[in-house]
Amino acid sequence: MANPAIAGAARKKPLLLHPAAKPVLLALLLLPLAYLVWAAATDSLGANPAEALIRRSGDWTLRLLCATLAVTPLRVLLKQPALARFRRMLGVATFGYALLHFVCYAVLDQGLDLGVILKDIAKRPFILVGTAALLLMAPLALTSFNRAIKALGAARWQRLHKGVYAIALLALLHFFWMKAGKNDFGEWSIYAAVIAALLGWRVWEARRKAAQPTAGVAPAAAKRPVRQPSLAREAGEGQG
Amino acid sequence: LTAAASTVAGASTMEKVTAYDDATTYNNFYEFGTDKSDPAANAGKLKTRPWTVAVEGAVAKPQVFDIEQLLKLAPLEERIYRLRCVEGWSMVIPWIGFSLSEVIKRVEPTGNAKYVEFVTLADPKQMPYVGSRVLDWPYVEGLRMDEALHPLTMLVFGMYGEVLPNQNGAPLRLAVPWKYGFKSGKSIVKIRFVEQQPRTAWVKSAAQEYGFYSNVNPNVDHPRWSQATERRIGEGGLFAKKRPTLLFNGYEAQVGQLYAGMDLKKNY
Repeated sequence: MANPAIAGAARKKPLLLHPAAKPVLLALLLLPLAYLVWAAATDSLGANPAEALIRRSGDWTLRLLCATLAVTPLRVLLKQPALARFRRMLGVATFGYALLHFVCYAVLDQGLDLGVILKDIAKRPFILVGTAALLLMAPLALTSFNRAIKALGAARWQRLHKGVYAIALLALLHFFWMKAGKNDFGEWSIYAAVIAALLGWRVWEARRKAAQPTAGVAPAAAKRPVRQPSLAREAGEGQG
Repeated sequence: LTAAASTVAGASTMEKVTAYDDATTYNNFYEFGTDKSDPAANAGKLKTRPWTVAVEGAVAKPQVFDIEQLLKLAPLEERIYRLRCVEGWSMVIPWIGFSLSEVIKRVEPTGNAKYVEFVTLADPKQMPYVGSRVLDWPYVEGLRMDEALHPLTMLVFGMYGEVLPNQNGAPLRLAVPWKYGFKSGKSIVKIRFVEQQPRTAWVKSAAQEYGFYSNVNPNVDHPRWSQATERRIGEGGLFAKKRPTLLFNGYEAQVGQLYAGMDLKKNY
């Protein structure tokens, strides 16, 4: 009951633990989709609406990928364990926008012609890399519920979900090659810097922990000695 | 701008003309930004008067033309051309201008004039993205002499019955309808007649992707995408099927003989 860390966090930032926090986040995550649907329906996506839908769904995938990867560093750096509650929803939303991105490409650009799509994937490295990232995301999205964690075991589940690092690098490469045709890397370098910082922090954190061999109990775990069941489960059991 | 319909063969397609809003808000003009909407947003500051065009190089009578002088050089014609972008989209644009050959014949090219180089404005004060590393500025394009002399190769001053909007290449640009759109330089300041094939901006940037000829050709894919089909802007809404792309953008009857015997896969 008396968990000083949680209570402290709740006192400082009760918003994160508010019952409405998740529904609010869900609504926020659906806003870009709602806007795109509305803009498509009202023909306000400019001269080439198909291209606009493909690009904007891709943009949102990258942004949400960054947001997902930012949860753990922010949780640790800001000492806000409650942030972990939102990681799953962000991750699944990232997959949702990635899927939308692919469906827009397959339907609007390729006319849903499977033969043409397969040839296109084989011919264009940046499409191949994007498709690979999407395929790697699928098992992560599909195991994003508590029973899957139990069924796989926390350790295996966590190893599987470390795949998100490979996905992030593939997504970056996908965007890099897409922009390479125009030698235009301004926007790309922002995403690259953000992802580099988020992955770099993890490397740094892992090294820091490895350098403290005496800490049999990790400091983070020590801060929540009483397993607060819902939080621990939602945090996905780990650092991710 | 008032202009009479052109009598040049192939100069007036009957296809549905692209909406003016689409043609003036969806542009590639990297001096003003690489997003399609950037030129319309950023080109407003471009000063198109006074404006001169130096015509020089391997010619008997080099000359600096004032834009007003150029406008009166020959009767203005309206021509409705298909425009196919290398990126896979297309439009139909009613241009106003006349054949580039009208200018060429007045400067009397010498026997050394094998190619024509078009140099476009690169003024960082008026063009926010000049200085970005996207391309090597100024944007230079070029044609072979016989291509430049072809009656379909057009010097353009207006579109849709009006003076060219800045984002479309004011005050004067080229329109070479059987080549990918980037071959048609915008806001031209210099026309040079040269012996060697010009080093054009896109060849310098990515020679394996954008060739000097860059004739529209559904059988020669871009290394990173197919050129077999194109999206006609404004046609049929979101779920419209793409159109098949035509060899020489449908101008094969007019220009095919320029490339007789040439390997178009090698000379892409």
